Amino acid sequence: MDFERRDAPFVTPATDVSSMMREVLYALIPAAIAYVWYFGPGLILNFIVAALFCVAGEAVMLRARGRSVETGLSDFSALVTAALIAFALPALIPWWITATAALFAVVVAKHLYGGLGFNIFNPAMAGYVVVMIAFPLHLNLWAAPDMGDLDYHYLTLFETARYTLTGTFPDYLSFDSISRATPLDTVKAGLRDLRTFEEIRVNPLMGDFGGRGWEWIGNFTAIGGAWLLARKIIRWQIPLGVLAGLLVPSGIAYFLDPGVHASPGFYLFSGGTMLCAFFIATDPVSAATSNKGRLIYGLGVGFLIYAIRRWGSYADGVAFAILLMNLTVPTIDYLTKPHIVGHVKSTQDSQ
Amino acid sequence: MTDIILILVGTVLVNNFVLVRFLGLCPFMGVSRNLEAAFGMSLATAFVLTLSSAVSYLLHQYVLVPLNIEYLRTIAFILVIAASVQFTEIMVRRLSPLLDQVLGIFIPLIATNCAVLGVALLNVQQAKGLVQSVFFGFGAAAGFALVLVLFAAMRERVEAADVPVAFRGTAIALMTAGLMSLAFMGFSGMARP
Repeated sequence: MDFERRDAPFVTPATDVSSMMREVLYALIPAAIAYVWYFGPGLILNFIVAALFCVAGEAVMLRARGRSVETGLSDFSALVTAALIAFALPALIPWWITATAALFAVVVAKHLYGGLGFNIFNPAMAGYVVVMIAFPLHLNLWAAPDMGDLDYHYLTLFETARYTLTGTFPDYLSFDSISRATPLDTVKAGLRDLRTFEEIRVNPLMGDFGGRGWEWIGNFTAIGGAWLLARKIIRWQIPLGVLAGLLVPSGIAYFLDPGVHASPGFYLFSGGTMLCAFFIATDPVSAATSNKGRLIYGLGVGFLIYAIRRWGSYADGVAFAILLMNLTVPTIDYLTKPHIVGHVKSTQDSQ
Repeated sequence: MTDIILILVGTVLVNNFVLVRFLGLCPFMGVSRNLEAAFGMSLATAFVLTLSSAVSYLLHQYVLVPLNIEYLRTIAFILVIAASVQFTEIMVRRLSPLLDQVLGIFIPLIATNCAVLGVALLNVQQAKGLVQSVFFGFGAAAGFALVLVLFAAMRERVEAADVPVAFRGTAIALMTAGLMSLAFMGFSGMARP
C-alpha cells in the first residue's frame, strides 16, 4: 500500500498576500468609478503613472538587493500603494509629482526598511506627505464637480492627459475656470471668518452632508470597505476606531455648539476619511498587530484627523494622522502584548 | 490657564525640540538604542530642563539685567546648567540610590544637551515670565521624552528588520528621524493663540 507523504503546512490558507492585495484593488473600483464620474479621468491617469513608477522602483530595488524580482512583484503590493497615491493626489497633477510620490513610497519608505512586511511607515502616505510638503502649489489645485454651473466643463481624457504630461491646458481652459476650493477648505475658511456651519452649507459645493462628489466617493469607498470586512481581509477594530475617534470629538463639539463646529457627518464623508478608515489605516504592516492595539491605533488616527482638520493648517489630516500613528505602533505593540494563553502572569513579567 | 496649555501643546507637538527645532539630536541618536535607557534619559532630562529653565530665568532677571551684562547670558547659562546638572546628580545619589542606579549615567550627558541651553535662551528671547518659563522647559522635556521613547521603540523594530546592508544602524535611524520630522509637520498651525 502506497501512502501519499506530505510535509507541513497541511492546511493551505484561504488568502495569501497576492490575492489579498488583489481584492483590495477590486474593492477600490466602486470608489474609482464615482471619482471619475465627478472629477474626470485624472484618477486613472494618476494611477497609471504611479503604478509604472511603483513597479519600476520596486523592481530596481529588488534587483539591487539581490532578491527575486518576480516574487517581489507578484504580490501586487506595489499596485495597492500606487492606487492609494492616486486617490490621495488631486485629479489633475503633472506626472512628475506622482512619480516623486511613488518612488519615495516604494524606494525609501518601503525598501530601505527591508521591503514588504518591515516598513514602519505606510509607504503611500509617506510618499504623499513628501510631495505635499515639497510641492504645495500643485497639491492645492482641485478640480470642481458639476454643480449646475452654466460654464461647467467636464474634462475630457485628452485635456487631462495633456495636463498630466505637460502641466498646461489648451487655450480655452485655465485652472481658474475648472477648479474650486475643496469642501474641507471652504469649511475651514468659513469658520475662520466667523460664519456658522449652516451658512457655509448653503454653498452648492457642500453637497448634502460631505461636499458635492466627495460624499458619494466616501459612500462607495465604504461599500468597498464593507466587502473587505465581509471577506475578512481587514478586521473591524481599525475602521471602527478611526470612525469613532473622529465621530466622538466632532459629535460632542457639534452638540455643544452647532454654530461654530462642522457637523460629524461632514467629518465622516468629506476628504479621505472613508479611504483612511477602510484602506489606508488597515495596512497590515504599518498598523498595530494585537486586537486591542488596533483599536487604540484606529482611535488615535481618527482623533488626529479631527485635531488637524480643526486646529491645524492642513485641510485634510489623513496622511499626517497615519504617519503620526505609525510612529507610535512599536510602542503600542509593546504596551498591548497579548497575554499568552495558559501562562500564569508571574511577578517578573508584570514589571 | 489657556496660556499654559498652549505653551505645552506648542512645545510638545508643534515646535517639538527634537523634530522641529532640531535641538538635542545627540542624545536622541545616542540613547535611543533601547527602550529602558530612553525612558531613564527622558526622566532625567525632564527634571534638569525644568529646574534649569527656572534658575536661568532668575539669573537673567535678577543678576544679568540689573548689572547690564545681558551679553554674557550664553556663558552664564552654560555655567548654571552645568551647576544644576551637578546638583541633580549629587542630590539623586544622596537621596535615592535606586533612582541613581536608573538615571546615574544619563545625568552628566544632559550637561551637553543643546536643548537645555536652547530652552534657556528661547525663554529670554521670547520674554516669558517665571511660570511660563518653567512650563516651557517642562514642555520641551516632555516633547523630548515623547519622541525619544517612540524612536527607541521604532529602532528596536528596525534593528530586527531586513534593512539593506548600506543602511543598517545610524543611516536608517537618521532616515527614520527624518520621516518622524515629516510626520510632525502635520501639527503645524496648531496652538496659535
